[in-house]
Amino acid sequence: MVPLTWYLTLSAFVFSAGLFASLARRNAIAVLMGIELMLNAANINLVAFWRYGATPGANIDGQVFALFVIAVAAAEVAVGLALIISVYRNRKTVNLDDTTLLRG
Amino acid sequence: MEVLQQFIPPIPTLEQQIFLGIALLTIIGSFLVVLAPNLFHSALGLVAAFFGAAGVYFIAEAEFVGVSQILVYVGAIATLITFAIMLTRGMMFGITSPRNRQSGTAAIVVSLTFVVLVALLNAVPWPQVGEPVGDGEAIIAGLGAAFVGEYMIPFELLAILLLVALAGAIMLARDRK
Repeated sequence: MVPLTWYLTLSAFVFSAGLFASLARRNAIAVLMGIELMLNAANINLVAFWRYGATPGANIDGQVFALFVIAVAAAEVAVGLALIISVYRNRKTVNLDDTTLLRG
Repeated sequence: MEVLQQFIPPIPTLEQQIFLGIALLTIIGSFLVVLAPNLFHSALGLVAAFFGAAGVYFIAEAEFVGVSQILVYVGAIATLITFAIMLTRGMMFGITSPRNRQSGTAAIVVSLTFVVLVALLNAVPWPQVGEPVGDGEAIIAGLGAAFVGEYMIPFELLAILLLVALAGAIMLARDRK
């Protein structure tokens, strides 16, 4: 049996990598990839906590939540990429340092 | 001898060895996403990380979630991201650094986050052994029943959300000329 802390450590690492990608990458698509990594980390946690719950055979809420997160991530990435393509069409760049139209 | 035994970690079982291999794949993929200067290499690392997460679900005996992960993330999201990279390439290659000016600060913040998370999760006395899952097919049947029973309203809302999001994505990405 894999210890629960191994799952959680892996998830913490993937979350940190995603956070760094979304904070420090210059390209908008790379930022979106970081967000996907963070959602995956949350999913690993949900499944791991389901597995170590009191009655994993009867109480499947953790898996249901993980599936909801997967579906919401699909919707999110579709809208995000459409926005990026729209920005690229209008401004010929996906560099986040250059897209400062809304800066106050 | 018994004092020494405390400091030597026990030899991992076969399941744990497989988990370690999958975790290594996931970690290498995440590193590629974060550090690769070429966005295509980032996308490949993302696919590796997605497959690694799916393997973790299989080891945790959540087979349906693992298959959904491969179908949705590797099959759809990774393909979509690759398309977007190809559509928006051009001036992004070879001119600027892949990271912005705040990457040093971000590295410090992220390292601190990771250290705090690991310290926290090692401080909590988690249950050591999970209960047996039992019949896998019964779990998949239970998932189906939950989606039309207990979770029916969130499920339908999710269907509407997907429809609206995809229609909105088409509207946003459409060429207006």
